[in-house]
Amino acid sequence: MTDAAPKLVCRNVWKVFGARAEDSLARIGPDAGKLLAAGLIPAVRDVNLAVRAGEIFVIMGLSGSGKSTLVRCLSRLVEPTSGEILFNGRNLLAATEAEMIAIRRHKMGMVFQHFALLPHLTVLENVAFPLEVQGVPRATRDARAREMVALVGLAGREASFPRQLSGGQQQRVGIARSLAVEPELWFLDEPFSALDPLIRRELQDEFIRLQSRLQKTIVFITHDFDEAIRLADRIAIMKDGRIEQIGTPEELVLHPATDYVREFTRAVPKAKAVRVASLMSASPPPEGAPAIPARATVAEAGGALASGAGALAVTDATGRPVGTLHREDVIRLLLAGTA
Amino acid sequence: MTALPAPRLSHARALWLVAVVLTAILWLWGQRLAPFAFDYPKAWQIPAARWIGNAINWLMKEAAIGPLAFSDVTRFIAALIDAPYRVVLSLLSSGLLSGEGSSAVQLWPPLSWVAAVGLFALLGLYAGGLPLALTVTACMAFVAVFGQWQSAMVTLSSIVVAVPIGVAGGLLAGIAAWRLPWLDRALKPVLDLMQTMPVFAYLVPILILFGFGPTAAVVATLIYAMPPMTRLTTLALRRVPAEIHDLGRMVGCTPRQMTWRVLVPASREPLMVGVNQVIMLSLNMVIIASMIGAGGLGFDVLNALRRLDFGAGLEAGLAIVALAIALDRLSQALARRASAPPRQGARHPYLAAALALVAVAWALGLILPAVQTYPEAARLSTSPFWAAAVEWINVTFFDMLEALKNAILTTLLVPVKRFLLSLPWLGVVALLGLAGWRLGGWRLAALTAGLAFLIAATGQWEKAMITVYLCGLSTLFALLIGIPVAIAVANRDRAWTVTRALIDTLQTLPSFVYLMPVVMLFRVGDFTAMIAVVAYAVVAAIRYTVLGLQGVDPRLIEAGRAMGCTDWQILTRIRLRLALPEILLGVNQTIMFALSMLVITALVGTRDLGQEVYIALTKANPGNGLVAGLAIAFIAIIADRLIHAAAMAQREKLGLEGGG
Repeated sequence: MTDAAPKLVCRNVWKVFGARAEDSLARIGPDAGKLLAAGLIPAVRDVNLAVRAGEIFVIMGLSGSGKSTLVRCLSRLVEPTSGEILFNGRNLLAATEAEMIAIRRHKMGMVFQHFALLPHLTVLENVAFPLEVQGVPRATRDARAREMVALVGLAGREASFPRQLSGGQQQRVGIARSLAVEPELWFLDEPFSALDPLIRRELQDEFIRLQSRLQKTIVFITHDFDEAIRLADRIAIMKDGRIEQIGTPEELVLHPATDYVREFTRAVPKAKAVRVASLMSASPPPEGAPAIPARATVAEAGGALASGAGALAVTDATGRPVGTLHREDVIRLLLAGTA
Repeated sequence: MTALPAPRLSHARALWLVAVVLTAILWLWGQRLAPFAFDYPKAWQIPAARWIGNAINWLMKEAAIGPLAFSDVTRFIAALIDAPYRVVLSLLSSGLLSGEGSSAVQLWPPLSWVAAVGLFALLGLYAGGLPLALTVTACMAFVAVFGQWQSAMVTLSSIVVAVPIGVAGGLLAGIAAWRLPWLDRALKPVLDLMQTMPVFAYLVPILILFGFGPTAAVVATLIYAMPPMTRLTTLALRRVPAEIHDLGRMVGCTPRQMTWRVLVPASREPLMVGVNQVIMLSLNMVIIASMIGAGGLGFDVLNALRRLDFGAGLEAGLAIVALAIALDRLSQALARRASAPPRQGARHPYLAAALALVAVAWALGLILPAVQTYPEAARLSTSPFWAAAVEWINVTFFDMLEALKNAILTTLLVPVKRFLLSLPWLGVVALLGLAGWRLGGWRLAALTAGLAFLIAATGQWEKAMITVYLCGLSTLFALLIGIPVAIAVANRDRAWTVTRALIDTLQTLPSFVYLMPVVMLFRVGDFTAMIAVVAYAVVAAIRYTVLGLQGVDPRLIEAGRAMGCTDWQILTRIRLRLALPEILLGVNQTIMFALSMLVITALVGTRDLGQEVYIALTKANPGNGLVAGLAIAFIAIIADRLIHAAAMAQREKLGLEGGG
């Protein structure tokens, strides 16, 4: 999937809050320090990134890092002050409001931190709402909504109202609603942050299951690094409106670019971030060695290794062996983590 | 050796001292030196009354946009209100008539009283179950049994017309104000004025623009009842969570879809509170509106008051209360129902039952007249009883009541009135300016001093001072009664429940009802007015004080107890101290209530601005009425802004969140 074309590209995106932000940015120039001194708040600073088709791109940052503003810039819910946002190669910032409405209606879906369910509509009506807004006939949209409700495992609750559901169930409705229009681009803004840990875990699993079926292009916002590592193909770490580093979980863990990223990744067990593919040797595996997918993390290989195997056969998505994972390499990785 | 610093006056205190001393000097010796400071010179007066009178004349006779004259606009609005009013009236009260006046022939009877009570009961059952159905039935039965049915239906007709217009208008204005910040800023002072201006004041121009009759009454009701709906709408839309906005935009809502599909439904709970407010305020206006031709229960009360027929007035007044309670409970229950998940498909049985009821009642009404119209013979009237009771009290206790009244008049009311009237207007304006400056800076100072000056400059100083004296003393008494009551009940659940039920009911009473018993006992005059005002305004004092006391963080009380405070210390050092901002707002509300009641007490012969407005009303003189009304509004605004600023300052000092 690394070679897929970028679906969404950000070029030099700035979002500056304050009076006459656009003029000021043009006058003062892209310098966060000077902007701050002029009484403006640069919430997103010179962000460049590319999200590839079909990948889960996680934007990770603590509160106030500008991640929520950035994701709203991507859909133009918040108007960026300068820069370019290319969606399928087309600059969204040049689109008219009517074009943006059409793009949001048909190409984008969003899941919100606090669910944002409409309290006066049932589960089914909530899920069908984006279609209703488009003017899809009732029979069609109800059928589609029923399908989505079943997809997220809420079949039978169609006639319930949001307040009758638990937090986890409400977010399932939010997910079903965002998928109802079959979006090309799926934004999730801290979707699991308002849930308690057990439910959060359950929904993360659900999310992985859905994505393996749907293969959407996803921009996922979180402040939880463990969640980022668990779900991401690639992670962008944000601080003070700037992107510190973009990389796969293992790149971040193994080669942090800045002290800030190192600080974050220090506590993460390397085995959970590093994938089998980057630790294996290309040599053909010994006969009868247990198989492990290349995408799996080293931690997931731990069980087989602990039960006595000295080496594992690494297989690609089709199940063809591509290399060998040696027990010694795993031990070396783990020990290096504590050194 | 170091010298102890001598206790010095703080800057603020010194400033006040100087100002008060200067005013006192002016008051004592200035009469001869600067007579203009006492009596505002006639030559400098602003002839605002004449200007307004001319402006309205011009509006009526000459104003036009192209071929469209202003009077056409008012006629159009009148027609817009008149058409639905006639339909509802013929449905509920007069029946379908052919012909005019006394020669009219009834083609089709109105809804029979049995059917109407039944419909109310069904609606109650639908909205709130059996208890509500019983309450509503009892209220409506009360109206029928006491012979108020006909008038009540006339009143109900104007409510049925006014409420939807008020709700729709308020909603649209609120949405517009929410969308356009400049409109919001422009609307705010207008709404303030609409709410603080005594209703009498705008009755006159409405009378001139729309003529005498139910239409003018509905217009007056709308002006009175719409502002809260507008405010609540704007507030409710502002409080919709940001994520819901984002959702609306993400699914690609057009601005119209955003408003009607997302934001308005998402905030319908607070909006239903607004609907309830509109209903209650419309009922409040019933009596006043009858002065310009609303008819119905309000007219009966007003008429009884003029004849000093206590019993008849009381019955009509209580019928208004019964109607108010029924509509209040119904609308609240419907609001709760709207926010709770509806049971699917439960509506049709009710609709079917309602239709069946109307049909059966109509058929029966053809055979049994008692079903169609409540039988005369079965009517009760307590009127003679009340008349006898009042007479007995007056005969038995006359000396005592008279002595009480005279004692309070001579020891308190008259001296305070004399003192206030002797003050130089210039000094008062300056002191108000100073207070504004201390509490809220230059802008507030300019507002308070400017408004006070305008009162003097339009030649109303004396009348305004009488208003201030009556309102001030009434507020004082209301607080002296209200705050101790509030302290007594605030932390006792049972007592508070009872008190709340009581003050809720008192608030639904139309303000005129307060006047009647007092007039019976003390006849007309300032003292009577004061008692009526205190009775009306005490509710606000109790409510806000309780709110403040209950809002005090229980951990702080616990901390006080742990430090060994006595109950008295906890009350004075902790609870009252922390509740002070709310209590100040309560004082503010008490003043507002007092002012609005004061205008009504003009009917019992006060000599203040209210009387001026009332006289203007009877003479149909819009200029004088509006100017006096504006002066009352100015007094209200000055008091409101000063107290509000003081409450905010207190809140800030206590570190409570800044918002009012």
